[in-house]
Amino acid sequence: MNKPIISINNLSKRYLLGLGGGEQYRALRDVIVNSLMSLFRRKYRQNSFEEIWALKDVSFDVEKGQKIAIIGRNGAGKSTLLKILSRITCPTEGEVKIRGRVASLLEVGTGFHPELTGRENIFMNGAILGMTRAEIKRKFDEIVAFSEIEKFIDTPVKRYSSGMSVRLAFSVAAHLEPEILVIDEVLAVGDLMFQKKCMGKMDNVAKQGRTVLFVSHNMEAVRRLCPRAVLLKDGMIVKDGPTSEVVRKYMEVGVEEQGEKIWNSIEDAPGDDVVRMHAVRVLNKNGKVCTKFDVCDEIMLEMEYWVLKDDHPLDATYYLIDERGHTILVTLDNLDSPWNEKKKPVGHYCSRCKVPGNLLNNGQISLLAAVVTHPHPVHVILRDVLRFDVGDAMNPNGVRGNHAMPWPPSAVRPRLQWSEEFVPLDNN
Amino acid sequence: MGLKSFFKDKAKTRTDSLVLIKPQSGLFSINFQELWAYRELFWFLALRDILVKYKQAAIGVVWAVIQPVLTMIVFSVIFGGLAKLPSDGVPYPIMVYVGLLPWQFFANSMRASSQSVVGKSTILTKIYFPRLIIPTSAVISGFIDFLVSFVILFVMMIWFRIPPTFNLLFLPLFILLAFTAALGVGLWLSALNVEFRDVIYVVPFLIQAGQYVSPVAYSSAIIPEKWSFLYSLNPMVGVINGFRWAILGTATPDPKNLIISTSCVLLLFLGGLFYFKKVEKTFADII
Repeated sequence: MNKPIISINNLSKRYLLGLGGGEQYRALRDVIVNSLMSLFRRKYRQNSFEEIWALKDVSFDVEKGQKIAIIGRNGAGKSTLLKILSRITCPTEGEVKIRGRVASLLEVGTGFHPELTGRENIFMNGAILGMTRAEIKRKFDEIVAFSEIEKFIDTPVKRYSSGMSVRLAFSVAAHLEPEILVIDEVLAVGDLMFQKKCMGKMDNVAKQGRTVLFVSHNMEAVRRLCPRAVLLKDGMIVKDGPTSEVVRKYMEVGVEEQGEKIWNSIEDAPGDDVVRMHAVRVLNKNGKVCTKFDVCDEIMLEMEYWVLKDDHPLDATYYLIDERGHTILVTLDNLDSPWNEKKKPVGHYCSRCKVPGNLLNNGQISLLAAVVTHPHPVHVILRDVLRFDVGDAMNPNGVRGNHAMPWPPSAVRPRLQWSEEFVPLDNN
Repeated sequence: MGLKSFFKDKAKTRTDSLVLIKPQSGLFSINFQELWAYRELFWFLALRDILVKYKQAAIGVVWAVIQPVLTMIVFSVIFGGLAKLPSDGVPYPIMVYVGLLPWQFFANSMRASSQSVVGKSTILTKIYFPRLIIPTSAVISGFIDFLVSFVILFVMMIWFRIPPTFNLLFLPLFILLAFTAALGVGLWLSALNVEFRDVIYVVPFLIQAGQYVSPVAYSSAIIPEKWSFLYSLNPMVGVINGFRWAILGTATPDPKNLIISTSCVLLLFLGGLFYFKKVEKTFADII
């Protein structure tokens, strides 16, 4: 009798891209011209579109109460899958059967109106998410308490800090009681304390027997929350199984080392109206871009960025992530920067961070680079922006010394200080 | 006791309901059960539009009244005072005002609904809810303005000493007709605007031209007999003449013309509904 709560059968989604590229919508004039043209030239229409299969023959079932992660690189089809599951867009082929109410946290806070107060927005947002007014009334106090903005509940949302509106939005969404909860990267919001609270709330949701679909690039969170994962690549399922295996596969897929990324114009560079990233590089000790290192080598991480507004105390931040998706370390420029906790003036910055030799273990390292105002908001975050390889050339100056065994897969391989005391045994 | 278990069962069927997501099929169907489940959202979105519209305006909702009143004065002076057009045996200002009520509702609905779907693109690409709610609530928010401007009508009826007649009982029917017409055109324009942004340039022209081919500033009595069929094809002609008849007790509308007008309204509405349902599944992809 227990049918799967979601069953996805041969799901495919095709997008037609106009050759014009940037043009999102058609003008009536073009349609008329094109239809006239197609009268004379039969193939005109076919030629003017390019097909893209965002999903191709995806099938899997989700049992009730299961917590499943959907992972994959950008463009792998994760968002398209979620959009179909939450009925925002329609599949081209195949079908999905869903037994229960789906609530998606695709992006929290959509539907918030800046002119309305927090209270008005709670009702508004709740209604958009499919709650009845009675339901919202019942949970209103809980929602407000969870968001920690009691004092500002009758203030228009436009006067909120971005952290506050995100907290409020998440609280509304988190108090829905759907059978199926779809979550897409919401954990990148708020400060650390609030993130912890969110994780706790999601654990609760999961424990109550709800089904959770979780999409994230954060492998730590995926591992913590979901026992099962599905890996997508180019719209197809590459692997479906226990999370640890799938994450390992994910870290292998599309392994390509790259030691430098540059964005030349501020307009096209990633970031927001405060910070735009100019370049991220991995350099060797000679200052050359490099992707192959030895465990003994020191590694220089460099990022260049533009600051466009001078009212933010900014921190440049790196995460180093290993092949299994574990974050090895996080570092930021705060203590060594002359602008520690001070507002950085408008200009172009170059931040360098030296990772000493004999610290990382061998393996491929994925770099996350970000510029944030502590603790919030994140102005630019580039996950997996560069990858470099740390090899082990059996250098006797390294931690291994003259030991020839394969080094165990520990997170780091730092050279630590040892001391030894010796007392001879008396043969009495 | 029985009632309680009834509601429990109902709640259960709602949560256990099976949702089937399939490729878009040819024929359209409207899920009334789902629309009913989302009934509060119609009201919430309309209310939001109104709140936002008047929140930072110094005189707030009074704008809903000032607009038709000023227009009425201009029309009465020019068409009634200077051009000396006939006024169906009632004072010119009140004849104009009764015409302006449904017309401004219709025009505002056109303006608001044509932008409604495109304006909600961020919600549209993130959250599912029945898309029909969007243009409908845009029309509802115009309808609230419409109701507010009725207050002035009562004041004017007392001022000009026009007693209500039994015709007034038919007013709800004509209000329904006005609503259907506004929603019909709203469905068309909101859906068309997603794919063809040309719509926003067409709407102001439609409103301007529409005002002249509808009996807003003048009485439809001045339309020559030979044009009356063509004239009645305009859905708002039946509505406005109906309003004048119901409220002011002017000449009974020609049943033939009324039927033509009403059929046009229904055609507009059903066509709009059909077109909207046909293209709504692609909104998120092309918006």
